[in-house]
Amino acid sequence: MAHVAVESVRKVYPNGHVAIGQVDLTVADGELMVLVGPSGCGKSTLLRLIAGLETPTAGRILIDGRDVTSLPPQDRDVAMVFQSYALYPHLTVRENLAFGLRVRRTPRDVIATQVERAAAALGLDPLLDRKPGQLSGGQRQRVALGRAMVRNPKVFLLDEPLSNLDARLRMETRAELARLHRRLGATSVYVTHDQEEAMTLGERMAVIRDGRIEQVAQPLEVYRRPASLFVAEFVGAPPMNLLPGELEAGRQVRLAGGTTLPLEGVRGGLPAHSRVTLGVRPQDVTLVHPLKGDLAALVDVVEHRGSDVLIRLRLESGAEMRVVAAATTALQPEAPAGLRLDRERLHWFDPETGQRLE
Amino acid sequence: MRPARWATIGLAVVLLAIAFPLYWTIVSSFTPEARLFQAPDLVPRGLVLEHYRALFAQRDFWIPIRNSLVVAGTTTALCVTLGVLCAYALARLRFPGKAPLLALVLAVGMFPQISVVSPLYLLLRELRLINTYPGLVLPYMTFAMPLAVWLLVGVFRQLPPELEEAALVDGASRFRILREVVLPLALPGVAATAMLTFLYCWNEFLFALSFTLGPDRYTVPVAIALFRGRYQVPWGQILAAAVVATAPVALVVFALQRRIVQGLTAGAVKG
Repeated sequence: MAHVAVESVRKVYPNGHVAIGQVDLTVADGELMVLVGPSGCGKSTLLRLIAGLETPTAGRILIDGRDVTSLPPQDRDVAMVFQSYALYPHLTVRENLAFGLRVRRTPRDVIATQVERAAAALGLDPLLDRKPGQLSGGQRQRVALGRAMVRNPKVFLLDEPLSNLDARLRMETRAELARLHRRLGATSVYVTHDQEEAMTLGERMAVIRDGRIEQVAQPLEVYRRPASLFVAEFVGAPPMNLLPGELEAGRQVRLAGGTTLPLEGVRGGLPAHSRVTLGVRPQDVTLVHPLKGDLAALVDVVEHRGSDVLIRLRLESGAEMRVVAAATTALQPEAPAGLRLDRERLHWFDPETGQRLE
Repeated sequence: MRPARWATIGLAVVLLAIAFPLYWTIVSSFTPEARLFQAPDLVPRGLVLEHYRALFAQRDFWIPIRNSLVVAGTTTALCVTLGVLCAYALARLRFPGKAPLLALVLAVGMFPQISVVSPLYLLLRELRLINTYPGLVLPYMTFAMPLAVWLLVGVFRQLPPELEEAALVDGASRFRILREVVLPLALPGVAATAMLTFLYCWNEFLFALSFTLGPDRYTVPVAIALFRGRYQVPWGQILAAAVVATAPVALVVFALQRRIVQGLTAGAVKG
């Protein structure tokens, strides 16, 4: 196993499109790093750069300390699971699994045992003589995983491996992947656009936006202390509520509705201008008596989700607030409500730079 | 129901228009010379083999068939082999000047054939290739190669690129990927290209007429054209020759058609 280092990598396509602005990233030995971001943010490009399917315009890529920047994919000892699985349709499952070993001139008996082992680990034994066309989506996905496992590569690269599965199968396979990673302990880079997948699967996650990394940290750290407005909105479901405010004397912030809150937890410098953005997660807002909250609002839509209820409310300023409340909450649309914000869990941002105020 | 019925009728008409000349050729080729110009009869009767006998006994029609098979077969084999390599590079590899190169390939195929006959004749005479097999194969390739490359580039571009990327990451070289991943999947397209190239060479007339000197190197179309004597046209034999000339082509098409129609890429990627 190995660690991966991406150093000052830039990728500009010939048409001038900047896919990766300037990225530094290290993945520790045996770590599962998730690259997450909206579509078109460059996360897949970053993965393809590590795989060697793209060459960087500038910067270096190291695997296990060796500079592989100019090496073709076949000399990097990485394995990749594609979003479309990319199984060889004219070969059986057994031949698909064996392909990577065969082209590397592995002895035949070694190939046989490796294939058997991977097939057993993934429950593919009964399917070995079928062709990909005869398999279900979930089975194809496992063959794609097996094809990567069989070679014992230094690094696993996974490009949205679950996105073609239906919701239930996706959850099961996610757990399966977590188990597999724990057992193999392989260095892995995993790309997804699904923040929940990133949160649950990653040992660390890198949130990417427009070809730049916004934050790299453990999922809970990202959730608790998002480094920017973008991360705050992207990670966590339903998304964080963001409210504009004016900075006043004595480190007080006046929100649109007239409410003032102390700017707690911010020890560092404040922006030169007087505007700040308050972020508060829907789970950190409580519904109280209409006259007792920090903010007054009207109930707009009530969505029962079984385990809890998501309530959308309109503030006096016209802004929308999302609140997750206990399933027993009984509120009718247009009913007035008070909102109390959990003072321990407020996030402050500079709206100009988008950076978190610490 | 109504549009479907009209479609069926339209289809029948088109089919009839295509099939009838073929039917008439076959029937006529078995009709005695004396009756060929009498009032036509749709139902064949009194069929004879005299035209076919004359074709192979008197004229030794085997020689032009052999010549055509050698020339068309060699040209097709060369064009497809070289064409696959060229087309794969043009379809997948990144190198400067690719787009102009592809346009040039197409442009080469656009010359009117007649305009290059004289220069090619002089060239082939210098190379002492007049009235030889290479003397036909080489000129045929100038036209068949661009066609083959152009068709194959289209075939390769339709394959999902992830398959080749997966093979690259798996450790295969480009050449191996071409052989073990791309070609098996592109087989229907390659077969179609081979068939078109073969048809083109099998039916080619102008070059074959210009660059051969005697019956020992005549190809089928040239031989048929020169059946015509000074005082008479042996229509029966010409039609019999046409049937014989169509047969191998029809066989090739029937042999390959399943491959061509078959979609081999099913199951490669999602869906």
